[in-house]
Amino acid sequence: MSTSLQLGTTEVRSGADAAMRTAPACAHCGLATASEASDHTAEHVFCCSGCEMVYSMLQSHGLGQYYALPQRRERPARSSGRSYEEFDHATFASLYIRETADGLSRTELYLEGVHCASCVWLVERVPLLLSGVARAELNIRRSLATVEWDAGTLPLSQIARTLDTLGYQAHPFRGVSRDALRQTENRRLLARIGVAGAIAINVMLAALALYSGERNGMDDSYQRFFRWVSLLLTLPAFAWPGRVFFTGALSAFRTRSLHMDVPIAIALAAGLVRGAVNTITNSGPVYFDGLAILIFALLVGRFLQLRGQRLASDSAEMLHALAPSSARIVDGDRVREVPTAALLPGMVMDVRAGECFAADGRVTEGSSSINAALLTGESRPTRVTVGDPVFGGTLNIEAPIRVFVEAAGEESRIARLLQQVEESAQRRAPVVLLANRLAGIFVAVVLVAAVLTFVIKWQYAPQRALDDAIALLIVTCPCALALATPLAITVAIGRAAGNGILVKGGDALELLSVPSTLVLDKTGTLTEGQTTLVAWSGPLWVQPLVHALEVGSSHPLAAGFRRAWGDTSVLSATQSQHFAGNGLEGMVDGTFVRVGAPRWVMAHAHTPHAEIDVALQGLDPSLTPVCVAVDNEVVACAGLGDAIRADALASLRILRHKGWRTIMLSGDSPAVAATVGKTLEFEPSAVSGGNAPEDKLAFIERCKARGERVVMVGDGVNDASAIAAATVGIGVHGGAEACLANADVHLTRPGLATLVELIEGTERTARVIKRNIAFSVAYNLIGGGLAIAGMLTPLIAAVLMPASSITVVVASWMSRTFPQQSERQS
Amino acid sequence: MSVVFVVLPLALLFVGAGVWAFVRATLSGQYDDLDTPALRMLHDDDGEIKK
Repeated sequence: MSTSLQLGTTEVRSGADAAMRTAPACAHCGLATASEASDHTAEHVFCCSGCEMVYSMLQSHGLGQYYALPQRRERPARSSGRSYEEFDHATFASLYIRETADGLSRTELYLEGVHCASCVWLVERVPLLLSGVARAELNIRRSLATVEWDAGTLPLSQIARTLDTLGYQAHPFRGVSRDALRQTENRRLLARIGVAGAIAINVMLAALALYSGERNGMDDSYQRFFRWVSLLLTLPAFAWPGRVFFTGALSAFRTRSLHMDVPIAIALAAGLVRGAVNTITNSGPVYFDGLAILIFALLVGRFLQLRGQRLASDSAEMLHALAPSSARIVDGDRVREVPTAALLPGMVMDVRAGECFAADGRVTEGSSSINAALLTGESRPTRVTVGDPVFGGTLNIEAPIRVFVEAAGEESRIARLLQQVEESAQRRAPVVLLANRLAGIFVAVVLVAAVLTFVIKWQYAPQRALDDAIALLIVTCPCALALATPLAITVAIGRAAGNGILVKGGDALELLSVPSTLVLDKTGTLTEGQTTLVAWSGPLWVQPLVHALEVGSSHPLAAGFRRAWGDTSVLSATQSQHFAGNGLEGMVDGTFVRVGAPRWVMAHAHTPHAEIDVALQGLDPSLTPVCVAVDNEVVACAGLGDAIRADALASLRILRHKGWRTIMLSGDSPAVAATVGKTLEFEPSAVSGGNAPEDKLAFIERCKARGERVVMVGDGVNDASAIAAATVGIGVHGGAEACLANADVHLTRPGLATLVELIEGTERTARVIKRNIAFSVAYNLIGGGLAIAGMLTPLIAAVLMPASSITVVVASWMSRTFPQQSERQS
Repeated sequence: MSVVFVVLPLALLFVGAGVWAFVRATLSGQYDDLDTPALRMLHDDDGEIKK
């Protein structure tokens, strides 16, 4: 579709034009319309009612110029039709809405589907569409809209409905309070960098005058003047931007842990004190230019590091915002939406097929099958009927049911599980990064070297002893060393995020680079986590007949057939009938087809079929068997189950080759776990089935008690506590919210190949870190050597110190830790 | 007395003014969102009703 589509081109086409067979373009989104669906007598045609509604809404509010914007989103405006009632609830308000100073309400909404300039235009015109909205602002990178409105005249649900009509589904954003904190922190750091940079440049100018004066013989009064200017300029750099290193070093001292800030603070303090004394006494070298650049460079490194980490955790936050936040409760004879947090025991929930239960309870009406894989890891759906318990977080697959709420919120099983997750996350000991481990050795070596230099020089040239010792302290300031790890990690985290791998902390990258124990969950991690057709024995001509029948059914097994063969069938079925717990029958293409449980199909068949019997016997015990009879003759049987991911075995082989010990923990029955384990070449002792979430946690704790490093990979709430307890927790694509929130790494692309990509990326990152450290140590040896020999002038120091940092920055930037996005796509 | 002693502090005053402006702009949130304003300025002034 051309992007320059204007209103005029969508005029009615005459009958003669019809010969061209071009479908008219939708007046809103510009996509081709199905010509028979649109009314040719109308002035404008639309591809769907959503587009038509948006068009008339914009026109009636005088916002028709939207259609003149150079860049428009070419996507039909599909409204979800949700009522957003829960947005008006008091609990929702207390969670997400804040009051502004001028009496308005303010909230942040995460919008799905915003991506270009026209989206910014449209969202920010909402105040013109709805009176009562004071301000709407969209941050396109984060897809976050900030809305301010008068809660007295306009409910938030109406704003959400309007955005929905425009084609942007709104979700509450959960990170509001933390976001404000981050924002001030971010702004302050940026301001510090600006100040430090301005000071560094000006001190350098003064230093330039001093260096050239030294060579050409400068008048003493000028020299004294420029030294004083440098000192007075450097002091504020220490007082505000540079203070972070001193506070960092101080807190490291208090907690008796060594941190890169300690050697940095020592070098900065030594340089400042010595420089100030030398300026006042007008003798000896000053190092102000080197120090000012140092502060600037270190702050920039810190800023980049912060940004990289936030980018990853932000993306994870967006995924959380998509989780359902509301439930429908039955109130007399009407059903209304309330936020999940407002559910109370005694209420009756209405849960449609395909929705999650928001609380624990018992079924009071209807029967369905539910998928409890999230909680138990059991991949096969379980049938529930009146009186059966259901648990929050599990999925209702088949039919709408009503549930009497028994435990909600904090009391529900899932909440208790999450509490456990939080506790295990808190117990986790912080990881000391390689650079910080080096900091201790570094401080010791430099201090000893400085003392030795002073003592030895004192014997030969007492007047140079102090200057050289201090020069040593300054020039060995571990600037490059402090940047080495964070920069490499920041670049890696950024590149990984581009590849759909969200890494929340640098420690995970460092820990994953060394092979250790890898514990994998089965359902959803090694397998697809969905029922699909795995085995088929019988003639191929039967398949279209079965397909036609299954297309019309909502049963989870039917969904398995559809997943294998597609959603639309060539043939169509008539008189199809569903027998609960048994199967389906109907007429397809003139033949009578019956698909269902072997017992039921066999009982209705004319003759027993030995071949099919054998095939049924040979079926994998982890699969659900299904038989097919055509005109009352059993002709085929199929096995449906949770298929192993196509890339699982190859990926596991690569990881094992790298030296990882792989273990599979499953919540599924031991028999199912064992067959999957055998296919994936696990050692029989490394496979364990029937594990409750608590068992998984206990297993991880046992491994850690033995001093092993454990990496846990999983997707469900049943893995969440284990993920939180593990040395590194990895959540896979499609996983539960709780699992993702506690994982250190989140893979957003399906399949285990992504895991291999992650591990290989971390190995490369570790190599970059080591190379960076080698660079900075080499520079420090050169600088230290010169200082001990008494050959280090302030000029050499001022060149050497930034040069080492720049080397590290360039080396990190050029490194290929994770493939760049464009490379992967091509 | 050389002119440097006068001009240099004067130049530093200008630097100080620039730094002050930068800090103020940063702390008031001008650098929070660097993507959306670039798109926003592409739009013409609105408010007029076009039929």
